[in-house]
Amino acid sequence: MQMLTDRSKVVSDKKMTFMERIYIPAIVKGMFITLKHFFGKKTTISYPEQKREFSKVYRGQHVLKRDDIGRERCTACGLCAVACPAEAITMIAAERKPGEENLYREEKYAAVYEINMLRCIFCGDCEDACPKEAIFLTDRIVASQYKRKPFIYGKDMLVEPLDPSKRIDISARQTENVNKFKLEKRFAHNK
Amino acid sequence: MDWTILLYKTIFLFIILLVTLLVAMYSTYGERKVAAFMQDRRGPNRAGPFGLLQPLADGVKMFMKEEIIPLTANRTLFILGPSIAMTTALLTGVVIPWGGTLIIGGREFSMQIADLNIGILYVFAMVSIGVYGIMIGGWASNNKYALLGAIRAASQMISYELAMGMSIVALVITTGSLSLHDIVTQQHGMHWNIFYQPLGFLIFITCAFAETNRAPFDLPECETELIGGYHTEYSSMKLGFYLFAEYINMFISSAVITTLYFGGYNMPFIDQLGLSPNTVTLLGTAFFFVKILSMIFLFMWIRWTLPRFRYDQLMNLGWKGLIPLAIFNILATGVYYYFTELT
Repeated sequence: MQMLTDRSKVVSDKKMTFMERIYIPAIVKGMFITLKHFFGKKTTISYPEQKREFSKVYRGQHVLKRDDIGRERCTACGLCAVACPAEAITMIAAERKPGEENLYREEKYAAVYEINMLRCIFCGDCEDACPKEAIFLTDRIVASQYKRKPFIYGKDMLVEPLDPSKRIDISARQTENVNKFKLEKRFAHNK
Repeated sequence: MDWTILLYKTIFLFIILLVTLLVAMYSTYGERKVAAFMQDRRGPNRAGPFGLLQPLADGVKMFMKEEIIPLTANRTLFILGPSIAMTTALLTGVVIPWGGTLIIGGREFSMQIADLNIGILYVFAMVSIGVYGIMIGGWASNNKYALLGAIRAASQMISYELAMGMSIVALVITTGSLSLHDIVTQQHGMHWNIFYQPLGFLIFITCAFAETNRAPFDLPECETELIGGYHTEYSSMKLGFYLFAEYINMFISSAVITTLYFGGYNMPFIDQLGLSPNTVTLLGTAFFFVKILSMIFLFMWIRWTLPRFRYDQLMNLGWKGLIPLAIFNILATGVYYYFTELT
């Protein structure tokens, strides 16, 4: 049988030798191992002062993007809700009234857009499914709560602020490969 | 005995009590730090600089916790248990010679509260009564696990007390005295007893681990099997007393081991320095504490290195390993002194 690691040892129930039976050499050996660790490097990260860096592809709380002039990109097509394996996304669409052109980019928009953060598994399929580049996962952590209700995030939590300086940076999610993949997918039905 | 001696003894008694409590308090902190360091962690470091206020915070927590006495427990004994454990743990300190003699105003003051001529026996007696604290507490809880822990504690302490006593017999043969004061003064210079009784020392320290219920012999309270053992039902400061008594016991046994085997307050090469007697005494006491603290570190080091013994292994080691060894040690010592010191 092939060993999974090179650290595996064959064990046997042979009689212990005298040196093994008096335990002292083994105890001393063990004590030196712990002493080595005593002076070794500590692996703890002192949390509030020191934060562990996120991975580049970390997927945390979602954001609903606005376009350059501050209009919501989401058109409430429902593809994200269909793509969602955990069925965490629900939305109610509404028609854009005249005079609301500065608020919504498309003629149809999401009047209600809710993600249940307890159901969400942060797979990022909504992001892949979105044809309007409206939803992205960010490196923000979903805050803990005492009740279930606050975990259902509405548009007030999801849509990014209007103020350009407070926009959520999602450039980490828009690498060249991702953009190429999205472009190919968009025109896939023409082939 | 005149009033100056009485006053001195009272003050000294309080100092020893305070120091014992302080050391025990910071042993809890030290234990957590040592454990953390050996497991590549940092340990408590939030309360005060380096987490030095952690023992205080723990103490406050213990006092503030809700006091629960189970309905089915025997109320009197339930309270008596931790009291005995704590009292006996503190009582042992009086016979230990903490230093030489201080000369204040032309009078000699010994840095030992009571120089009993049977000092070692007194220590043994107190340690043995300490078992009652655990036994009574475990029995009064009216809880299976607590009772099991108590039974284990009792059988373990009885088994190891034998071997411990026998290793001391060999030591007494070499020193010719049961008084701790005499034993320490005999070890002046580098005549530490560990060089004369290495086997006895090994037996003694193993038994000391068992007597203080420390790993690898912490069967009475093994969390994984007995959910805390004899103190399963205890809460608030009663639990605190049990845990605290263990640390006091550790401090006192370190002091006893140092006194018996490592020359107590004797420092090597102190005579060559030509210091005044008081300085020598104080230096000796400081050195005594250095030795004790290293001993406590050894206790912790072993705890965080070795896994716990199984119950049958514990009994095997005690009855089939240590007691025959101790008897052999007595015989060998006796024969040696019979042929070398025929006086």
